[in-house]
Parts: sequence; structure tokens; C-alpha cells
Amino acid sequence: MIKLIPRAENSRAMIILSPIFALVLTALSAFVIFLFILEDVKVSNVFFTLFIEPLTDTYYFSELLAKSAPLIIIGIGLSIGFRAGVWNIGAEGQYVIGGIAGGAVGLYFYNVEGFWLLPLMAIAGILGGMLYAGIAAFLRVKYQVNEILVTLMLTYVAVLFLSAMVHGPLRNPSGFNFPESRMFHDSALLPVIWEGTRLYISFIFAILFSALAWFGIKKHMFGMQIKITGSAPRAAKFAGFDDKKTVWYSLLISGGLAGLAGLFEAAGPAGQLTPGLPQFYGFTAIIVAFLARLHPIGIIFSALLIALSYVGGENVQIDYNLPSSIIQIFQGMLLFYFLACDILIKYKVVPNKTKN
Amino acid sequence: MNESLFVNIIIGITIASAPLIFAAIGELLVERSGVLNLGVEGMMIVGALMGFVVQFHTGNPYLAILAALFGGMVIASIFAFLTQYLLTNQVATGLALTLFGLGFSAFAGRGYTEETIQLITATHIPILSDIPFIGPLLFSMNPLVYLSFLMVYLVWWFLFKTKQGLILRSIGDNHDAAHAIGHNVVRYRFIAILFGGAMAGIGGACLSLVQVPIWGEDMTAGRGWIALGLVVFASWMPSRVVLGALLFGGITILQLHAQGFNIRISAQYLSMLPYLATIFILVALRIRLKNKTNRTVPNCLGRIFHSTT
Repeated sequence: MIKLIPRAENSRAMIILSPIFALVLTALSAFVIFLFILEDVKVSNVFFTLFIEPLTDTYYFSELLAKSAPLIIIGIGLSIGFRAGVWNIGAEGQYVIGGIAGGAVGLYFYNVEGFWLLPLMAIAGILGGMLYAGIAAFLRVKYQVNEILVTLMLTYVAVLFLSAMVHGPLRNPSGFNFPESRMFHDSALLPVIWEGTRLYISFIFAILFSALAWFGIKKHMFGMQIKITGSAPRAAKFAGFDDKKTVWYSLLISGGLAGLAGLFEAAGPAGQLTPGLPQFYGFTAIIVAFLARLHPIGIIFSALLIALSYVGGENVQIDYNLPSSIIQIFQGMLLFYFLACDILIKYKVVPNKTKN
Repeated sequence: MNESLFVNIIIGITIASAPLIFAAIGELLVERSGVLNLGVEGMMIVGALMGFVVQFHTGNPYLAILAALFGGMVIASIFAFLTQYLLTNQVATGLALTLFGLGFSAFAGRGYTEETIQLITATHIPILSDIPFIGPLLFSMNPLVYLSFLMVYLVWWFLFKTKQGLILRSIGDNHDAAHAIGHNVVRYRFIAILFGGAMAGIGGACLSLVQVPIWGEDMTAGRGWIALGLVVFASWMPSRVVLGALLFGGITILQLHAQGFNIRISAQYLSMLPYLATIFILVALRIRLKNKTNRTVPNCLGRIFHSTT
């Protein structure tokens, strides 16, 4: 068998190489899976559609950027909490509540034109997400209740609440009883930044947020605080850092960003509130944050990578009638391999000659 | 309230709580060994699918249960290998396991969403089951309900009455000390994780083989996470898992009956109850404990172990 010898210092080469190993291993596994499930289709053709084609066509490329926006926005928020050891796993729920809160504002001012409406909706979305994540922060600070479980339970509640809303108060009055809201009017819709595509202004915000987060973590005292709280909780205590504050800030920031992403989805690609608003972005963003090693700029790249698999996944679904769930398998595998390869950073792997 | 309605409600509660008992008692053993596996939801859904598929093709419930058990174990072994040999972060690996399990089951089960199977039905013991009131309650439960109670007893017996159980608990409390006196930490934890996977697998199968005769993506609907909450609620004590699970079964059945009685609340709000109840009991537990630290929590829970010797 093999033996692990701790390295004196983390291997810098492996910090860069291990994600590449993980990617190669995922691609190899995908290849083997395709060999098993594909009939009369060349694996190379499917690979091309899945990973290369989205990069060659401008429309697919714009879709790729568009899909990465919510992943970046949510991922940035999550990475801040994860650094501090605050596990907000229910970003999906905060995303849904943000979508409902912001969307409800848009519907309340239905057909009222004005440049102020979108910012108002965005604020409502952020506040909705913050409030929802704030429940978990309050329960953890006041009662030491695990935030993983609370945020997750609240995600199921949020999805049910969305269903109740679009079946009830927010249902389109002239929509033949379909569980959908009205389509938002022009002032309540996000501006497109690339004509003819579905790339909205949300992408610019995504890039802006990662730059802000990078700056914040690097230069601001709070960045230092969450870093130390996560890696050395006892040291953080001795330094006088307020553990409660860290929990509150982590959850409010990640909740607010997830809420904003939800509003962006509702006022962007969806254009209305439907039960289909939750798109699993809140969970996928967890993978995005980990793949980037919680680095705010790295998150842009990992989000683009995951978005690539989404767009490619939709294409193979159409071209080869493969289920979209196969993408979820690959994403899960990528995370497995990534976590596994990280051992190379801290340890040297050598063959074990001694028998025990 | 008439007698048969009462009996039906009790039976309904036990069936609703069985998946939670299985999943939670498995996770309880895992956590007692010092490992936090957040992949319960993923292992359950794989078990639900495996049980369903085998029942559909063979019609043999024993094989179906075994398949569910095996499926849960196989997927748990990924987690065991990564966390025990490659020393990965348990929170991240557990989440990855859940995401992977949900994706895998949706993919592998896509051909079965239109099918139905024969459910595993209640046992019937001649004469005994026919005793009014006591008969159906004691002798006509679902076989998996009996099995779930038996598992709780076995886990309690193992943890507190056997030498290996004592070793497992000591590993969970202080893996370095347990290692120093010569116990194989990784082996104990590996086996515990496999056991947790097997239990989660059967728990998932309870959904597709006992509760509803169909398979659906995401049919576990958060029960794996509720089971994780139950372990905390139970303060890592097996008997309290039953208490918590029956409470949830009660809420689930209450919610179904409330919908049946035409209470003027949207079905969506009633469906929120089990999730809100999970949060509520976790808070209630902390209030009861006040600021005392919970002494039954395994000290090494979630910590990575690596021996250099």
C-alpha cells in the first residue's frame, strides 16, 4: 500500500497541479461512463459537444457567461463564510426568498415605470436573503444550533413558500390559474449587456463582487479575522476576535448575495416568478467555492468551468438525448477528485515498504 | 375517535418514522466513532433507488432490502476512502457525496419513474394479529418497522455492552489516545461509515418499498438531513433517536390528516411542518441544556486523524 509523509511546507506546485489532476481524472471517468452508456455514438463527439462546442459559438459562449453569474455571486458569499468555518449550505433557500422578495416588489409596482424600481427590487432581494440567513445566524449565536441543518431545513421551507406564493397571492390574475406570476414589465427587468443574448448586467456585478471580496480579504481587518477564525479558532479567541460577529457577518453577507442572485434570476432569464426559479445554483455554488479553494478571483474561473458543463450538458441533452443529471454526476466526481488530490499538497505519497 | 382510526394513526406514524430511525441510528454510530458524514441524504436516495429497481425486476423484497443496503454501503465507501485514507475535509466530502448521490440516482433511475411495484406490507400472525386493538399494534406492524426498532437496540447493545463498542466510543472521543494504545482508528471508522451507509440505504428503501410504490428523483426530500438533526437531538443516545423519529412521524401524519380534514391552510404550509419542527426541536434541546456543554458529543467529531507512526 501507500504511505503518507507530511511535507514540511505545503507544496506550491501541487496547489496548482492538484486541480488539473482532478480535471483529468474527471474527464477520464466521464470517458469510461460514456463508453458504457452510449450506443452507436462516438464518445469523442459527445465530448466535443460537452466541453468544446460551448466555447466555439458566440451564443453558447454568452450562455456560459450568463450561467456563471449566479454561481459567482453565491460562491463569493459562501467562500467568506467557509473561510471562517461558518457553513451556509442553504444558499438555495436564501436565493429563493430573495427572488420572491424582489419579485414581489416588482409585481407590486406593476406597470409603474421608473429607473428606481430595479434598485429597489435588488435591495428587497438582498434584504430577503439576509433576513433568511439571519435566522440561522441568530439560532447559532443564541442557541448554538448548527447552521448547516438550519439553512438546509429553511431551503425546503423556502421552496414550499415559493410554491404557495405563485399558487396564491402572487399568481397572475389573468393567467388561467397557472402557478406563475405575471411577466415583469420593462422597468422591472434587468438590462441586457450583450445584444441578442441572455447575458444580463448581473454578470458585471458578479465580477465586481469578486474584486471587492478579493480586496476585502486581502486588505481589510475583517478578512484577516475570518481567516484566522477558520484556521485557528483558539488563536482568534486570544486575539479578541468576536466569534458571534463572524457568524453574523458570514451569514448575512452570503445570504444577501444569494438573495440578490435569486432576484437577478427572476428579473433576468426567468422574467417572472415560477416554481422553476430554484435551479440548484445554491448547491452548485458550494462546489464552485471549493474548486476555487475559496479564492474570490479563482471563483470566477471555477464558476465558468461549472457553467461550461451546464451549457454543454444542455447541448448533449438535445443532440444525444442524454439526461441532464449526468452533469450532476460529473460535478460530484470533480469535487471528489479535487478533495482527494489535495492530499498531495500537504503530504508526500510514497510506496509503503514496511509491513505492519 | 374510534379505535381503528387510532390504530391506523399509530401504524402510520411508525411507518413514517422508520426511514428516519434507520438513517439516524446509522449516522449515530458513525458520529460516535468521531466521523461526521453529511452524505446521509445521498446514501438514502441511492438506497431508495436500488431497493426499488431490484423489487421491480425480481419482486423479491428480501433481495430488494439487501440491494438497498449494499447500494448505501458502496456509495458510503467512497466517503470512507476519501476521509480515512486521503484525509479530506469531512464536511466537504459529505456534501459532495449528497450531490453525487442525488445526481447518480436521478441518472440511473430515469427509466423507472413511470413504474410501480408491490409494496412490502404488514406482517400477519394468525390469532395474535386478530386480537382487537393490541393485535394490530403489537403483531401487525410492517416488518421494516420491527427491524428499525431492532437496529436501535443492537446499536445500543454494541456501543455500551461490547468491548468493540467501548473502543469505538473511545476513538470518537480521543483518536490519538486510542491510537497510542494500539487500536486501529482508521479500520474502526471505515467499518462504522460502511454501517452508516447500509442503514441509510435501508432507510431510503423504506420510502420506495413501504411508503409509496413508486420511484422519484429527490424522493427523500430532506429526510437525510432531518436524520442528521435527529442525531443531535438524541444527544448521540440511541434510544432518544426513536423518540425523535416518532415525533417526526407524528408531525408527518398530522399534516396528512389535516389535509384530509379540509383545514383551510394551503398544503404547502402544512408540508413545511417537518422542516420547521427540526429547527424547533434543535432550539428546544439547547434551551433545555441551557449553557451546559453536551457531554455526550464525541470530542473528535469531524476531526481528521493521521498517524505518523
